Amino acid sequence: MESIKTLNKKRSGPVLFSEYKLGEGVKKALELGRENILFELKGSGLKGRGGAGFPTATKWMLTAASNSDKKFIVCNADEGEPGTFKDRVLLLEYPELVFEGMIIAGYTIGAKNGILYLRGEYEYMLKSLEDYLESLREDNLLGNTILGKKDFNFDINIRLGSGAYVCGEETALIESLEGYRGEPRNRPPYPVNTGYLGHPTVVNNVETLASVPHILLKGGDWFRKHGTDKSTGSKLFSVSGDCEKPGVYELPWGTSINELLELVGAKNTKAVQVGGASGMCLPKSQFHRVLGYEDVATGGSIMIFNESRNMLKVLKNFMKFFVEESCGQCTPCRIGNTKLLEAVEKIEKDDFTFLYINNLKELGRTMQVASKCGLGQSSPNSFISILENFKEEIFGSKGKGRKNG
Amino acid sequence: MLVLEKNALSEEIESLVNQFGKDRSALLQILQAIQRKHKHISDFAQQEVARMMDIHPVEVNSVISFYAFLYSVPKGRNIVRLCQTISCDMYGKEKIEEAVQRELGISFGETTKDKRITLEYTNCLGMCDQGPAMLVNEKVYTKLDPETAINILNAIK
Repeated sequence: MESIKTLNKKRSGPVLFSEYKLGEGVKKALELGRENILFELKGSGLKGRGGAGFPTATKWMLTAASNSDKKFIVCNADEGEPGTFKDRVLLLEYPELVFEGMIIAGYTIGAKNGILYLRGEYEYMLKSLEDYLESLREDNLLGNTILGKKDFNFDINIRLGSGAYVCGEETALIESLEGYRGEPRNRPPYPVNTGYLGHPTVVNNVETLASVPHILLKGGDWFRKHGTDKSTGSKLFSVSGDCEKPGVYELPWGTSINELLELVGAKNTKAVQVGGASGMCLPKSQFHRVLGYEDVATGGSIMIFNESRNMLKVLKNFMKFFVEESCGQCTPCRIGNTKLLEAVEKIEKDDFTFLYINNLKELGRTMQVASKCGLGQSSPNSFISILENFKEEIFGSKGKGRKNG
Repeated sequence: MLVLEKNALSEEIESLVNQFGKDRSALLQILQAIQRKHKHISDFAQQEVARMMDIHPVEVNSVISFYAFLYSVPKGRNIVRLCQTISCDMYGKEKIEEAVQRELGISFGETTKDKRITLEYTNCLGMCDQGPAMLVNEKVYTKLDPETAINILNAIK
């Protein structure tokens, strides 16, 4: 398959893109036992790799501690954030890490079922992933009494999405799995208590789960050695845009934007959009900032724009995206995003006042606090950061040239 | 729709419901299977799904209307989706756009007269490092230039 030929893994790193032998992680997990798994995981400081950065050990502990006859582990492979494609590489090249992460999670929290929620756009992977699951069943890594462990039964099935960005939000994803419109729920209750079909559910990003086998094999302390104090381990960055070598890079947290730009061969860079359309757009003056939960947090999307790019056009692309992908359930997000897009179009036509622009930035800030889920809470980020960081470019020739001042 | 066709579709849906189960959580899988085969989920199909799963037809319709990859109106035999997100845009999406519209004689959102191809935009395909990218049904094509894009479209039956 074409996409398998061109994986575009650009840099091997210390954790995810390192040597690994099938089955080692699960074997080690069964030796350690539940408590030690949680101990190592807590020691590693692993945080959710989808972008929100919730401590993985806490999520697992809460689910492990809840009383229910049924629990679920869901792998969130609804990778829809513009500029993110690391999960594609993981699922195609390291499916063993992802699935073993799920098996270990299942063992730890006491779940019998795992679900991989694969975005509809990745349907071309479905066959190879299902074949892979079948081979895991043959190897006794899935099924009953896994690797001879009494009473440890676990299996994984794959469910497809149908082209909805918002389903990457964990409660929307659960709604979708349950056969409803992918509209986010109010939280609390969180999925760790009331998740899929009302049962305690862990929803983890592909990359988070794929980190787990390595952490168990080499220890939480080893993982902690990489990265920074608050952002431990390494991270996959999906790099695209104006650079010589776009692709997926594994880098330790704490890498600065400048270092990254050099590595990927980016020249004449004007702006870097970190975290996808819902992230922040940084100008040159901020390229010294470092990638990590304490400074520039990201799910791994890095889009690079050089001097020739029109930032207003970039912003318009993002706002159109959010208008299309807002689920429409809550007003701040549904109306807010259309208003922000309208503003971008007005700026394009030079038909605006600065009072109007300031009001809309204020609207953006309202959306950040009043929207129901992460989509509406983060969609104004690019609007605010691009208009503020690139005001010279966008407004430089405007306003000043007006006849009536 | 002919009675025979209706009966065949009913049987098909019945076997899907048997395969995936009657539980609400099976709804999306059933709709996806119908979509894959028929390229849309007709009113009759929606009613049949609702009847067999014991839910209101409007529930089925509301789910279909939510997801970008499910349709309630007929589409072409093949659905071509060009990624419109910024990375693909920077790598030359516009040229592909112009070339395929010219070649097929339709705009995005339309279907060719012979029902061979429906052209659509889609959001990020996760191929940002290899744009411009497009999906033909479930298959993905990357690093397109106008010539390869046209060749791909013309090879579709």
